[in-house]
Amino acid sequence: MAVVFEKPKALSDVPFHYCPGCTHGIVHRLVAEVLDELGVEGNTVGVASVGCSVFAYNYFNCDMVQAAHGRAPAVATGLKRALPDNVIFTYQGDGDLAAIGMAETVHAATRGENITVIFINNAIYGMTGGQMAPTSLPGQVTQTSPYGRDVKVAGYPIRVCELLSTLSGTALAQRVTVDSVAHVREAKKAIKKGFENQINKRGYSIIEVVSTCPTNWGLSPKEAVQWLRDNMLPYYPLGVYKDVTAEGGEN
Amino acid sequence: MAEKVLMKGNEALAEAAIQCGCKHYFGYPITPQTEVAAYMSKRLPKEGGVFLQAESEIAAVNMVLGATSAGVRAMTSSSSPGISLKSEGVSYIGGSDLPALIINVQRGGPGLGGIQPSQSDYWQATKALGHGDFQLFVLAPSTIQEMVDFVSLAYEVGEKYRVPAMILSDGMLGQMMEPVEFPQKKDEPIADKPWATNGHKNQRKKNIINSLYIQPEELENLIKERYERYAKIKEEEQRAEEFMCDDADIVVVAFGASSRVSRSAVMQARAEGIKAGLIRPITLWPFPDKTIEKHVGHTKDFLCVEMNMGQMVDDVRLVVSGRKPVSFFGRTGGVIPTPAEVLAEIKKLAGKEN
Amino acid sequence: MANTLNILLAGFGGQGILFAGKTIAYSGLLDGKELSWLPSYGPEMRGGTCNCSVVLSDESIGSPLVTTPDVLIAMNRPSLEKFVDKVVPGGTILVDSSMIDIKVERTDVNVYYVDATKIADENNMHSCAIIILVGKMFKELGFCSKEALDGAIQKVIPAKKAAMLELNQKALEIGQNA
Repeated sequence: MAVVFEKPKALSDVPFHYCPGCTHGIVHRLVAEVLDELGVEGNTVGVASVGCSVFAYNYFNCDMVQAAHGRAPAVATGLKRALPDNVIFTYQGDGDLAAIGMAETVHAATRGENITVIFINNAIYGMTGGQMAPTSLPGQVTQTSPYGRDVKVAGYPIRVCELLSTLSGTALAQRVTVDSVAHVREAKKAIKKGFENQINKRGYSIIEVVSTCPTNWGLSPKEAVQWLRDNMLPYYPLGVYKDVTAEGGEN
Repeated sequence: MAEKVLMKGNEALAEAAIQCGCKHYFGYPITPQTEVAAYMSKRLPKEGGVFLQAESEIAAVNMVLGATSAGVRAMTSSSSPGISLKSEGVSYIGGSDLPALIINVQRGGPGLGGIQPSQSDYWQATKALGHGDFQLFVLAPSTIQEMVDFVSLAYEVGEKYRVPAMILSDGMLGQMMEPVEFPQKKDEPIADKPWATNGHKNQRKKNIINSLYIQPEELENLIKERYERYAKIKEEEQRAEEFMCDDADIVVVAFGASSRVSRSAVMQARAEGIKAGLIRPITLWPFPDKTIEKHVGHTKDFLCVEMNMGQMVDDVRLVVSGRKPVSFFGRTGGVIPTPAEVLAEIKKLAGKEN
Repeated sequence: MANTLNILLAGFGGQGILFAGKTIAYSGLLDGKELSWLPSYGPEMRGGTCNCSVVLSDESIGSPLVTTPDVLIAMNRPSLEKFVDKVVPGGTILVDSSMIDIKVERTDVNVYYVDATKIADENNMHSCAIIILVGKMFKELGFCSKEALDGAIQKVIPAKKAAMLELNQKALEIGQNA
């Protein structure tokens, strides 16, 4: 019998703890499919961060290290410098990557640290119960912005790919989403490119996945996808912000 | 025997680390430890190693966590304010059962404090270098030779028990030069690290380096297991030097830089007919309570001498438990006590006895 | 402790205080003595006052910080004023008299005045004034063997600054004849 669909080998056989409608599961699967296709699972070390994806160490079948909040790029740097021929990736959310870990993020990128970063941007702190994130939208209601994010008080959301695209060490900065089959395919291509860049020693690759958090957004899974399209994508336009392969150059 | 060379403590320590196979150094500049980083930046690239100046102390210690997870010998060094920043990472290293090496070349605190030598991070190093139930193996060198010798000891003990290790030095030892000899290179390979996350190559189960345990009982059991290792370290790894203690009426207890000053004072006291001795804790954690206990019976007084306001004295009093008086003399803020000052304290105690 | 020599070198940054201290320290190393070398460090070194403690001994050294020197080498007036009263009775003070226009009033110490900076300038060895005083100290105190002193100056000057070696050797010689 022809197998048309199965669990990627790089994904563990344990149930995800993610909420219904959360896109972490899709992105986990895409990363695992890419590890399978590149045949690198046995050579890969993943770094889980703090936030909803903290248990990523249970979900991937490669070796995993769990890092302190925001420090995944530093931990990945230590791993990569010790294991230059292994594949090292981090999997981080928006609070982890763009708030508490922004220094580690910017410096890993500017060093051209040869790692792959999967960045889940769902505009909220999920694990702690829905607080304002560095990427929460202006006016967005969260537990810690109950009257809506007031930019006069809390400032503006950060566009991470745009920011990192200015750094010479960044090989790939691409924003994708997973709200439709077409977009999922595009996201997988980007993730694959991020890992191939590392294998080809091109430097720091970040794939930002604009994601949903139905639970903390207070929406149904279906409404969340629509909210993402209506609110997130206009502020966080999909696209390639930097790609050294497209520029024809090597980093 | 190798030739003796003249080296600054910071540089000698760095060289010793390289010679014990530490090829991965991550650090950040801060006085008075910067020579460690500078030395590493000069030597490691030529040794096929990695020197990386991190964006922060926090990043540096987490890079050490990453490199240690990969199974290599890694190291970071800093001075007091920088160590406070590293405490987050040190707690994760402890909670992940990793044997990383952290160097503290102490200066005055709190806050930015000063840049002169101090021992005011004793509590931090031995009681609470980060949140949670955990300990580091802490060594206090008192000579440049020990700055060298303790590096391999720290790695060996740390790896044997899977605990982080710290060398608690100070600005005086970091900056001064003394003749030092590097041990002949050992050929024995560094112990296997079957727990390392270096890629399972489809040949073993995956490894996870982690400090998160959501189930309280699971976390409790893990910590209890860790404390069994700590108990073993307390039993087997205590180290202290005794100097003229056997017949001493007054036993001075001092570590690191202040032990050198105290040793001079003890010798002067002896020259003046006072029976003084010195216990020099070498391991600060585990605290060498067995050595202190040995002398509680015959000695009349203990005198703790530290470059702080009185920190190790708590541990001495815990062991002595009121059986004998334990007094304290210290200078702080970066002031190094003089032998004459310590001698005066010894004489006060001797006078009280007569 | 009778065989311990506590030496304090003091002046301002750029006068070669630490370098001269290293030279003395290396001479101790070559003689097989116990020794320690401890610089003052930090912002004060950048153009401000600078001093360096060197201890030579036959036994292991306690405090490397010299607070009551047996020998003081003073390269500027503030340094002499700061440390003159700390020198032990019977101790030795070497004064660069081209930099210091006052005299030591104590009578219980041996004082040697050498126009070190002036002599160094006359001989086109501008940074070597303090080495002239080290030479003088060797002459008066014989703190190490001649071989050790000659060996030390070679040790402390890196190979790529070979041109400096000759100047410093000459400075030591001038000091020994001063």
